[in-house]
Amino acid sequence: MRKENIVLIGNGMAGIRTIEEILKKEPNRFTITIFGKEPYPNYNRILLSKVLQGDSDINEIILNDYDWYEEKNITLYAGDEAEEIDKKKKVVRSRQGRECPYDHLIIATGSNAFMLPLPGADKEGVIAFRDIKDTEEMISASKKYRRAVVIGGGLLGLEAARGLLNLDMETEVVHNSSYLMERQLDEPASRMLKNDLEAQGMRFHMAKDTEKILGKKRVEGLKFKDGSTLEADLVVMAVGIRPNAVLAGASGIDTNRAILVNDHMETSVKDIYAVGECAEHNGIAYGLVAPLYEQGKVLAERICAKARTGTGYQGSLTYTQLKVSGVDVFSAGTFQDEEDTKAIRVHDEFEGIYKKVVVRDNRVVGAVLYGETADSPRLLEMMKKGQDITGLGKTIILPSEQEGGEAGSLTAAMEPFETICGCNGVCKGDIVEAIQKDGLTSVEEVKKHTNAARSCGGCKPLVADLLAHTLGDEAGEGLQEEPMCGCTDLTHEEVGEEIRTKQLTLTREVMNVLHWKTSEGCSKCRPAINYYLGVAHPKEYEDDPSSRFVNERMHANIQNDGTYSVVPRMYGGVTNPDQLRKIAEVADKYDVPLLKLTGGQRIDMLGIPKADLPSVWEDLNMPSGYAYAKSLRTVKTCVGEDFCRFGTQDSIGLGIAIEKKYDRLNTPHKVKMAVSACPRNCAESGIKDLGIVGVEGAWELYAGGNGGVDLKGGELLTKVQTTEEVIDTISAYLQYYRENARYLERTSHWIGRVGLEHVKSVILDNKEERKALIARMDTALEALPEDPWKSITSNEKKREELFEQKKVEVLQ
Amino acid sequence: MAETTETTAVYVADVEEFTKGIPKEIFVNGESIAFFKTNSDKIRAIRNSCPHKGGPLSQGIVSGDYVFCPLHDWKISTVDGKAQAPDVGCTHSYSVQVEGSSVYIQI
Repeated sequence: MRKENIVLIGNGMAGIRTIEEILKKEPNRFTITIFGKEPYPNYNRILLSKVLQGDSDINEIILNDYDWYEEKNITLYAGDEAEEIDKKKKVVRSRQGRECPYDHLIIATGSNAFMLPLPGADKEGVIAFRDIKDTEEMISASKKYRRAVVIGGGLLGLEAARGLLNLDMETEVVHNSSYLMERQLDEPASRMLKNDLEAQGMRFHMAKDTEKILGKKRVEGLKFKDGSTLEADLVVMAVGIRPNAVLAGASGIDTNRAILVNDHMETSVKDIYAVGECAEHNGIAYGLVAPLYEQGKVLAERICAKARTGTGYQGSLTYTQLKVSGVDVFSAGTFQDEEDTKAIRVHDEFEGIYKKVVVRDNRVVGAVLYGETADSPRLLEMMKKGQDITGLGKTIILPSEQEGGEAGSLTAAMEPFETICGCNGVCKGDIVEAIQKDGLTSVEEVKKHTNAARSCGGCKPLVADLLAHTLGDEAGEGLQEEPMCGCTDLTHEEVGEEIRTKQLTLTREVMNVLHWKTSEGCSKCRPAINYYLGVAHPKEYEDDPSSRFVNERMHANIQNDGTYSVVPRMYGGVTNPDQLRKIAEVADKYDVPLLKLTGGQRIDMLGIPKADLPSVWEDLNMPSGYAYAKSLRTVKTCVGEDFCRFGTQDSIGLGIAIEKKYDRLNTPHKVKMAVSACPRNCAESGIKDLGIVGVEGAWELYAGGNGGVDLKGGELLTKVQTTEEVIDTISAYLQYYRENARYLERTSHWIGRVGLEHVKSVILDNKEERKALIARMDTALEALPEDPWKSITSNEKKREELFEQKKVEVLQ
Repeated sequence: MAETTETTAVYVADVEEFTKGIPKEIFVNGESIAFFKTNSDKIRAIRNSCPHKGGPLSQGIVSGDYVFCPLHDWKISTVDGKAQAPDVGCTHSYSVQVEGSSVYIQI
């Protein structure tokens, strides 16, 4: 049997949600074809303001990526606009000449931004704020120009203005009314909003009508009807949207302001439906996402059932939330006082909080919340149900007003049927069930499983609160985990895990696949990713010098004046006349300003200019001491049995063997070790990442000590008989530290976090794991590159790239 | 000449002398300047001195349009030399022209 054809015109949120609802019911019944004007998959238009404000990037607001279309066998013509509907032949024709037959046609053409027909509105630099293209244009304009003017002090205009401020533009807002957002806010809330936005740096020109746009080719300013003018390099018109019903109208489908639909989303023509902003139901064309989603559900039902079922769509209660950082605004229903209404008001000018609940006939009919919007789901629910509030106290209607009581949880008092996410119609019960049944532990997971917080994101705090409340204390710690840096929401552990499971091999790949918010990361995540990649792929991964902190890139320690210090390796802190002579000669030759003995038993040559480093190394001809690296620094030793009258063991011999074995190994942070030959501990083994103390016939190993910022004594890890056992234990210990600790986490903090008992159970008790760790350590050691000082001095290109200080003189 | 504020274009290097992600320090008339080659092959130049404590920006980690000072991790724009919030300050930025394979700087 031939599959039925569905054609969707308009690849936006309403249309795609309808398709999703249809596929939920009938995954295989239809052949689906979609025409979309914009060259993108379905994205979250509501969050464009977040992109503009720098909180998200374009990739993050994609709701259905191209893979989704492919997976669902949907043919998407992105960038090809449907141009003609042939009702007789039941065919849609596109601009690029495609012809597509349909059994069911869904029109979801959305809205267009309304451009004021002002003289000069066609000049360069005058744009709307509606799609990705507009957003990108604003971002690129901000790089060249300084003065932006937004026409329109409504929701969209203010979100655009906030974004332009974030882009470092001087931002002026022109509004034709005396109050901002006058269609959603009453005067007190509007005034508070204006004050707060002014404090953020926005400038307002109220009650001004624009007469024309000035400029030659590009906009240079605005002229108002009162004769005054304003300079501008960029003008964003955000005065409203108009339903896009042009194609439907031209095809003989009944339209008014928008395409007329009945309760089942049917248009005047059989088998043609309209949904979303382009549809007009009972005289209303909705411009908000929740009604569109409700309509999508009804339409999916209608198409799948091939008949009208149930009551269909009965209109929606609408509400508004402003997405401007630092300002919380909510508005719904009748918010102005009328003759037959009374209101509950809370107005705290110190805290910047204003709440008004409008009541008619003992029922809540509208509300405005400013500064604190936590009660909004509850109020919406009361409005929807028409709940009789006779006898209910103020704190039941506005729970956040309860003395101290609500500090704990915003969602605790909510009933299971109350809505958390208004956009997607997800109630508290749905979310709690998903958390419990599917074992969800993060807001991201809740988003994926329930659709809650997936559209405007306004309910994200409620979802987080509900998550914490549902999981109780067990998850308390997990929820507070800090992300790696501002470029991602993922923690160090999550990034490490993704690198391993997804087999990622390059920094850029990690950032792309894990949806980094910045294009090239920052000084925190780049070195961390470079480290994790190196540990995951010891043989294959090529270290990225541009992701290394200066010291590790230059293989020397930068000093406050921009010069460097050079510390050659002296294994076990043992030197000889040859080495000392060489160091003395180099110090003379290069006029080294300071020679200093370090705490790690070697010599530091300080104050060497960058350009001299390669030749200093060449002349020294000693291995790098790695005094600059997240790596093994030194193995400090005491004199031991050869000379000391108390020494019980060969501490120098063991120290040198250890330093030679683990030399040049990358670790999460620096690693310091020591070997003392008796409990007098002359090598300070008690405050090292790994300290070894010789006793009669055995070695004691102490782990997680630290002599630095957080002074901490090491804890006894184990006591072993032979030096082989010492080496094996160090291998297992260091390898587990390398794989398990976060980048830049010292062993003391790592052990403090995971517990010494845990480390013991992995590297001592679990024989199999111990063996595997040692084997992986050996692989890592085999793959180590040769000494960096040697390889750089013999590589002319690297010398030039990193150390050359080129000089250019101009003859005057 | 020295008293005028007019600038002159000075040839400093060939494009291939710069490496993406690794800044290069070049002294022009004794002034140390940090040069950056972006991933989109643009060359940028700012004074090799952080507005904080004069750290050599040519030794920092580069990410997109920013360099992180090696001394105290200040984030400086390689476009206009401005320090990024919460830090405040600015180092001089130079205009750069590329003609063929030659890089010129306005001094």
